[in-house]
Amino acid sequence: MNETAPEKHVKESTVTMDAGEMRCDASSAPSPDPSCVIRAPIGLLAELTHRCPLQCPYCSNPLELEKVNTELTTEEWQKVMRQAAQLGILQVHLSGGEPTARRDLEEIITTASEAGLYTNLITAAVLLKRDRLEKLKECGLDHVQISIQDIDTAAENADRIGGYKGGSAKKKEVAGWVRELGMPLTINAPIHRHNIHNVEAIIDYAVSLGAGRVEVAHVQYYAWALKNRASLMPTREAFMEAARIVERKREELKGIIVIDAVVPDYYAKFPKPCMGGWGKGIINITPSGRVLPCHAAESITQLEFDNVKDRPLADIWLNGDAFNKYRGTSWMKEPCRTCPRREVDYGGCRCQAFALTGDAANTDPACSLSPMHEEWAKVADVESHLASPAFIYRRPGGASPKPAPAKTPEPSDA
Amino acid sequence: MNETAPRQRTVISAESKPAMPRYIKMRHDAGRDRWIILAPERLFDPDPIAVEVLKLCDGARTVGEIAEHLAKEYNAPREDIEADIVTMLQDLADKGVVKA
Ligand code: SF4
Ligand code: SF4
Repeated sequence: MNETAPEKHVKESTVTMDAGEMRCDASSAPSPDPSCVIRAPIGLLAELTHRCPLQCPYCSNPLELEKVNTELTTEEWQKVMRQAAQLGILQVHLSGGEPTARRDLEEIITTASEAGLYTNLITAAVLLKRDRLEKLKECGLDHVQISIQDIDTAAENADRIGGYKGGSAKKKEVAGWVRELGMPLTINAPIHRHNIHNVEAIIDYAVSLGAGRVEVAHVQYYAWALKNRASLMPTREAFMEAARIVERKREELKGIIVIDAVVPDYYAKFPKPCMGGWGKGIINITPSGRVLPCHAAESITQLEFDNVKDRPLADIWLNGDAFNKYRGTSWMKEPCRTCPRREVDYGGCRCQAFALTGDAANTDPACSLSPMHEEWAKVADVESHLASPAFIYRRPGGASPKPAPAKTPEPSDA
Repeated sequence: MNETAPRQRTVISAESKPAMPRYIKMRHDAGRDRWIILAPERLFDPDPIAVEVLKLCDGARTVGEIAEHLAKEYNAPREDIEADIVTMLQDLADKGVVKA
């Protein structure tokens, strides 16, 4: 107490989720506060199960899908929701796999909502019935996000991509119920070589479905998408055209729909701040309760992860090895360490850096300043101009090396 | 979900009896040997002086009593201390961390 000048005794940290694919609806401006390393997380991505009736070849789930008998129980998820709220988390994204495959979704949502969390259901929608949706709303569900593969008039293509017959029509029906029930709707459209020609139509389709927001989500090449990169990567020209369309539609549809675009980093100059910064605002929990700083973090084989069954969530967030390993900027090497963008993108994606350089502390090759960038970007260019190989569909055991199928699998192969 | 009901602003004076509401948690982070305050949307990083003050904020002591206590402990002028903690607590009250 020796200063007389007014002094701040308590530093405040406002959490923002400013970029990356896990975008929150909260869009407060980021307040740079480098002195504070740990902020309360804002969002929880709860992968309730890895079960899913669809088989999207770009699925962000790990190649080794977790089995149903390892999933957390109802009580365990309820405990997670309470702990998350206590930790300061505002929004929980109930995801998967397909979260509606859990019969106890009602109970989990009720607990989350009672704990004060804003609940967002991220669903492929094909398992939903109208009365269940109504029930979920009664339990406190705040927002629904439905993923689509293509527009309704290209249902055949959509169903081929998702590996699920009738999926496209069903999603349209469920989107209608969401609106009838007066709930806010987001349409998420993963974009790749097999639907990029329809970007404009997809945005218009989202408008016609009554969505308040549409995500033009260029596929991120991790996990299953990395396996299928040669089938999914669009050409640079196709990407540039799609980017122009998004710009134009944003102007056209101002006040009608919010268009969020996730850019494919193969065609970017600088990387995205993965998860808005490692251990900065987001927690991901797998079906078995493993707590990850990012949904792909398990691909970094040197990291060890805590489980919510063994340790309180707040303790894991504050003190867990995996979270502290790449939090902030002090772990960085050159060129990131001295780069003026280091607090903008945090050196990009750790998982991508690990996969391509063998060290997760290296600069993400998506960055044009990475020594590996050129070589890496060339891969996309080459692959995108070759004929598209058959999809390796996302299903248990589907990623293990088997003789490649000679023909494009039909949905009925599932 | 960002509307909070407009309430009366809490004004901190020497007579206020401040306390942290139940949903605000100040706890010791053993891993880093420091204190943190967990609040619904935020995390606060109090310095040792703030920790000391907040520990004394039990809803029974007045700001004046807290200042007096600390003035003895630190052997510093009471007026300076009182002015300092009024400013600090006012800031925290405006952020919903402290009620009085
Ligand atoms: S991306 Fe497709 S396969 Fe993966 S969880 Fe979502 S709907 Fe299921
Ligand atoms: S060098 Fe590192 S910090 Fe700088 S732009 Fe590239 S990835 Fe970001």
